[in-house]
Amino acid sequence: MTQKAIVGEKVGMTQVWDEDNKIVPVTVVKVTPCRVVQVKTADHDGYAAIQVAIGDKDAKKLSKPKAGHYAKAGVAPGRELVELRFEDVSEFEVGQELTAETFEAGDVVDAVGTSKGKGFTGVMKRHNFAGQRATHGAHLVHRMPGSIGQCATPARVFKGTKMAGRSGGQQVTTQNLTIVKAEAEQEFILVKGSVPGPKGGTVIIRDAVKSRKVQV
Amino acid sequence: MNLTDIVDQTQLRDDVPAFGPGDNVKVHVKVVEGNRERVQVFQGTVIGIRGAGAGKSFKVRKLSFGVGVERTFPMHSPIIEKIEVATKGDVRRAKLYYLRDRVGKSAKVKEKRDL
Repeated sequence: MTQKAIVGEKVGMTQVWDEDNKIVPVTVVKVTPCRVVQVKTADHDGYAAIQVAIGDKDAKKLSKPKAGHYAKAGVAPGRELVELRFEDVSEFEVGQELTAETFEAGDVVDAVGTSKGKGFTGVMKRHNFAGQRATHGAHLVHRMPGSIGQCATPARVFKGTKMAGRSGGQQVTTQNLTIVKAEAEQEFILVKGSVPGPKGGTVIIRDAVKSRKVQV
Repeated sequence: MNLTDIVDQTQLRDDVPAFGPGDNVKVHVKVVEGNRERVQVFQGTVIGIRGAGAGKSFKVRKLSFGVGVERTFPMHSPIIEKIEVATKGDVRRAKLYYLRDRVGKSAKVKEKRDL
């Protein structure tokens, strides 16, 4: 289970040089201090997590329930409330701030974000189907899925059959990315490789769940 | 300023001279052989510059024993020791890929004369 986590905003990608003079592609994630609004414990809430506010928001534009929630915690309102699950939340308290210092260069992390929405797409884009022949009599079926089932038995299409539809806009986790740099003063983290979601999208960066390199 | 530009700024070299397509440049490249490091010079005509920020790069074309050789350098690469501009070229376009199809005198770029 996660030991360290932080919420940021994807800014975009660029590149940096490493010590071997090789290009490292990096995603810049802006990490402004995350303010802890609520600490959830297994006894009280059934699971352990912290709720953090990120960014800024005009206090006048809050709904009454949200305003009350922030007032109770005594924390400045944020653009978004995000929950981070931890095994042990005893070291967190309401009002505490998490910064980019949470991580350091070399840490192996997972990035969780919401992928770019693609709208209604066909099966080739959505499920990586191969499509059909370009020639040999194929007519208007080049990007079609082909057969979606059998005949009189079962006489129906099975549930869950992959078809065209809305794609993207779902939660996506990219595992085992390396932190290249964590800069608390300028409030950004450089993650090697790409991170799911559009620019400006909210990204959760947490310890890699599966990496063997993680130090406990 | 965009945060990616701030990151880029730390990666940029400040010793890149002003040069453009058509210019004849000497690129001093660090070459590592085993554990020895030496400097090799690649001299040729700049036939194109692309990109911006940390990803900016330029293409240099030269003739080596009658064979055209092109090499693309990242503008801000740390393997470049220095870039020298030998001559300025007088050209009318940004990409000089037409030089690839030319041989002999027509493959030459006119030198720019300051008036």
